[in-house]
Formats: sequence, C-alpha cells, structure tokens
Amino acid sequence: MVSSGDVDFERVTVSDVSRFYGRRRALSRVNFDCASGEIVGLLGPNGAGKSTLLSVLATLAEPSTGKVRYGAWSARAGGAKLRAKIGFLAHDLQLYPELSARENLEFFAGLYGLDRCEARADAALASAGLEFRADEVVEGFSRGMRQRLALERAMIHAPRLMLFDEPFTGLDEASCTALVDRLRHLRGDGRIVIVATHDLDVVDGVLDREILLTGGKLQVLRQSGTLRERYRAAVAKRRGNEQRVKPLQKNVQDQDSEDENGASP
Amino acid sequence: MNRFLQVAWLVVWKDLRVEARSKEMLFTTLFFAISIVLVFSFGFVRAGQAVEGAAAGILWIAMAFSGTLALGRAFERERYHDALRGLLLAPVDRPAIYLGKLVGLLLLLSLVETVVAVLVAFLFGVPFFRHGWWLFLMLSLGTVGFASVGTLFSAMLVRTRSRTVLLPVLLYPVTIPVLIMGVSGTTALVQAEPDLAMARLWISLLFFFDTVFLTLALWTFEPVMTE
Repeated sequence: MVSSGDVDFERVTVSDVSRFYGRRRALSRVNFDCASGEIVGLLGPNGAGKSTLLSVLATLAEPSTGKVRYGAWSARAGGAKLRAKIGFLAHDLQLYPELSARENLEFFAGLYGLDRCEARADAALASAGLEFRADEVVEGFSRGMRQRLALERAMIHAPRLMLFDEPFTGLDEASCTALVDRLRHLRGDGRIVIVATHDLDVVDGVLDREILLTGGKLQVLRQSGTLRERYRAAVAKRRGNEQRVKPLQKNVQDQDSEDENGASP
Repeated sequence: MNRFLQVAWLVVWKDLRVEARSKEMLFTTLFFAISIVLVFSFGFVRAGQAVEGAAAGILWIAMAFSGTLALGRAFERERYHDALRGLLLAPVDRPAIYLGKLVGLLLLLSLVETVVAVLVAFLFGVPFFRHGWWLFLMLSLGTVGFASVGTLFSAMLVRTRSRTVLLPVLLYPVTIPVLIMGVSGTTALVQAEPDLAMARLWISLLFFFDTVFLTLALWTFEPVMTE
C-alpha cells in the first residue's frame, strides 16, 4: 500500500469554489462541507455543475477561485498521498474494454501500490458478482456489469472520500439495492460519501444531507416531503427567480443600448 | 523495483496487452509504413537502380509518417471511457505514466522500423546492415527523440477536438532536426565510402536532442495533464 499514514482526513471543506471554462462559469462560489460517516447527495439538473464539482473534489481539476481542504490538506500539498485516499466512480467508467475484468482490477490495484493484487482482485470480483466472468474482456459486458466492475475498481484501495457520479446508471433493481447497502456500509465504516445522482427515488432515505446545484450555484432544499418533492420545489423556485430576473436584465440592457445610441452623433 | 519504474512498467504492460488483443496500432502503422516504401520504390528505382541517397530519406519519412499515425492513437485508448482520468487520479508520479506510454510506443515503432529497414534495403539495394549496430543506434535515438516529443504533444491534445490535425502541425516543426540528423547520419553510413566519423557526430547530436526533449517532456507532463 502507498504510504499515506500522514495524509488522512475526517472532513472535506469546500470554500467559495468557482470554476470557469473560458468565459463559461460552471461553479459559482460553492460552499459546503462533509464529514466522515456521512452520505451527501449532490443533486441538480443536467449541466448544473455536479460533475465539475466532483472533478474538483477528486483533485482532477483545480478551482479557478476558492479552496478545497481535505482535513488539514490542500490538493496540491497532499499530492499523490492524498489521491490515494480518494475514490471516484465517474459517469464514464474508466475501464479498458480490451482487458479482462481481472486484468482491469489488477492494473489499478498495481497503480495504487497495493500488495496481494490477485487476492484483492478476486475479492472485488466476488463482490461485483463477476467471479465467473473474471477472465472475459470487458468489451462483452453489459452496462450493468461494467458499472459493478467500475465500482469495485474505484473502491479497490478503500478510499476515505468516495465520489460517485450517477452510480445507478444501467443497474437493475437488485444491483441498485446492493449499491445502496454498500453506501450504507461505507457510511458505517467512517467514509465520506458524495453521490451525484438523478435517481432520487433510489437514494431517498439513504442520504444524510442533500446539496442542490443549479446553474453552478448551491441552493437549499426545504426539509418536508419526499426527496423528489423537495427537489422539484427547489428547482421550480430557482426557475421562478430566473424568470423574474430575466426581464429586469433585459430592461437594463435595453436602457444601456438606448443610452449608447443617444450618445452617438 | 523503484516505484516510478514499477508504474511505468504497469502502463507498458497494459498497453502491450491491449495492443496484443486489438492489434489496431501495429497493423495500421505497419501497413502505412510499407505503403510509403512501396510507393517511393516506384518513383525512385529505375531499372533496378535506386536514386543515390534516396533510401535514407525514405526510411526516415516512413518512420516519421507511420510514427505520427501511432502517436495519434497513443492516448485515444485513454480517452475512451475516460480511462485517462483513472490514471491521473492514481497516487503515482504522473511522469511515470508518460514514460510508460513512451516505452510502449517505442516497442511498437521498433517492430515497424525493423520491417521497414529490411524492405528498404531489399527494394533500394542499399547496404543498411554493413554497419548494422550503427544503424540500430541511429534509428533508436531518432525514434526516441521523435516519440518523446510526440507522446507529450499527443497527451496535450487528448482533450482537443481537432487533435488529429493539430498533432502533425505541432510535431513536425519540433522534430525536423531529428529527421535531418537521422537522414544525414544514415546517408553517411550507406554511401559507397562510409563516413563513420560523420555518423558518430550525428549520433551524438541525436543523443543531445533526446536528452533535452526527454527531460523537458518528463518535466512538463504533470502541469500539461492538470485541468
């Protein structure tokens, strides 16, 4: 195992994080924190900035402004030892389709500097229910099987912070239930779990806290009702605000252009 | 084994395993290189006699063009399913990933160059293997120089939409010295009176180029790959 004894953390703190892609703002002054033993849901419509926020948390992208702290560590100071404590199941599964399930797991176990790679791969394959197809290339797997394999790949090094981007995609009901149990197990094990998902019914009752991102900004969900009701109310409220603001912005723009036209000879 | 080398070896092993299954890069690169040599052989060989000095140029052009094709594919594999981010998230020195990709490419290109060198020697009737070790050294150093720059550019362009067009545009201006040194050195070796002193000079210059660009590439890979 990579020596990471001196880099561990109980809390992740996101302070005033913004992220720009050129002139487009993907995240706008996002603030939140989460502690070990907590499952935090990252909700929001498509393009809200969820994947960008997960990339920043995974240290794959640097914030344009603001800071992310992993306990006492920043991503830059923690470097490779900090990355050894982060697991990321992305929407794209980060597997090599030409390699077998076992080869994929052993390759990533090797990259993480783990000992007994074969035994760990066997355990991961059993956990994914893929022990009978361990030596088949991933190319022939269904989306659900790939998803289960990618989940094991992301967690093979027992990370402190586990990030999930749409983890329920392609999973059947039994696999969804197994994943929910896994999330609860991770919480009980003192991990920090952040899940970005649209499958609100599946995660309702599992999440300790929800964070809603819309247009790169954080929004608070009200407390009463089901997760889906709260989500819809928050998104509707946000859209209502935008509808109110847009005519005002247009008026200001019209006024500016009139002033410019009036000023020109 | 040193952890840096261990990671580089893991990446090489993975790339070789993937290539052994798909044979995609080997076959396309080899086919392209052989096509180039065959086309040139029709233009430069008349009545069984090759134009003097043409063989060295054709050998290096075949290496450069087919190498560009391989370089273009080198990071495509990592782009599919976003595997590159999986690599970058691993707690490893990122230059080790670069080194692994580079060594994998060098192994592939060395295989292609062996076939191409034999084919050029046969079609153009040049004594490439009169000083075989010298030619081996020249080609090895030239390929390292070409591929070390190309692997870095290929990694830089992996997230770019027009990467296939941009790669040669960026690569050739920087690697032109390698090709000139390679052609000049090879010509010195295969001419009627081999000029070993001149060949040694070109080999020294290639070694210098390799040292500079390999160091620069290892140094810049980490910032280049950080979003």
